[in-house]
Amino acid sequence: MQITIKKEDYEAMLSHAKSVAPEEACGLIAGEDQPEGIREIKKVYMLENVDHTNEHFTIDPKDQLAAIKDMRSANLKPLGNWHSHPESPSRPSEEDKRLANDKNASYLILSLENAEDPVLNGFHVESIDGEKTVRKEELSIV
Amino acid sequence: MKITVAGEKKEVKEGLTVAELIAIEDVETPEYVTVSLNEEFVEQEGFSATTLKEGDEVEFLYFMGGGR
Repeated sequence: MQITIKKEDYEAMLSHAKSVAPEEACGLIAGEDQPEGIREIKKVYMLENVDHTNEHFTIDPKDQLAAIKDMRSANLKPLGNWHSHPESPSRPSEEDKRLANDKNASYLILSLENAEDPVLNGFHVESIDGEKTVRKEELSIV
Repeated sequence: MKITVAGEKKEVKEGLTVAELIAIEDVETPEYVTVSLNEEFVEQEGFSATTLKEGDEVEFLYFMGGGR
């Protein structure tokens, strides 16, 4: 899966993540799956990390539902979520993998480990034969 | 009867329960899913006892969380 995210959405995500650091930032992504296999992110939602820690994130289902209602009204599809790793690399942790249960979702992780060089990656996580399998998705900031 | 599931209109049998819908929709790891029915949350223990009606709107919300 190839994913595109608009530069302004990436910058808004980065700005939000920096503003709440050292807590993990989180949110949802919405957009469209194009016929040619490109997943186009058209809107990024910055939501509250109700854990308010630098080690975990949880999105309140009420906030999730409100965002999904907004997506439906804008004819956008829920595409997955994003969160920041303020102090660790842009790759799914064991907890991230354990809690990634939607095989249709893209999971974006924004690392602020190197403040001068933030890294955003997208991942597909799927349970195959009882094991969580992670595949990095090609992500372009356009 | 017609209901809307995750934004898509679907034809389902009369008297379908939320638990049966979860099975039909092949929802993975239902223990990590919150169900909203007409914007109200349905408790896990109420899935089998909650019967859907014509025009209902259902969303499956996967638990969204993780850690570093």
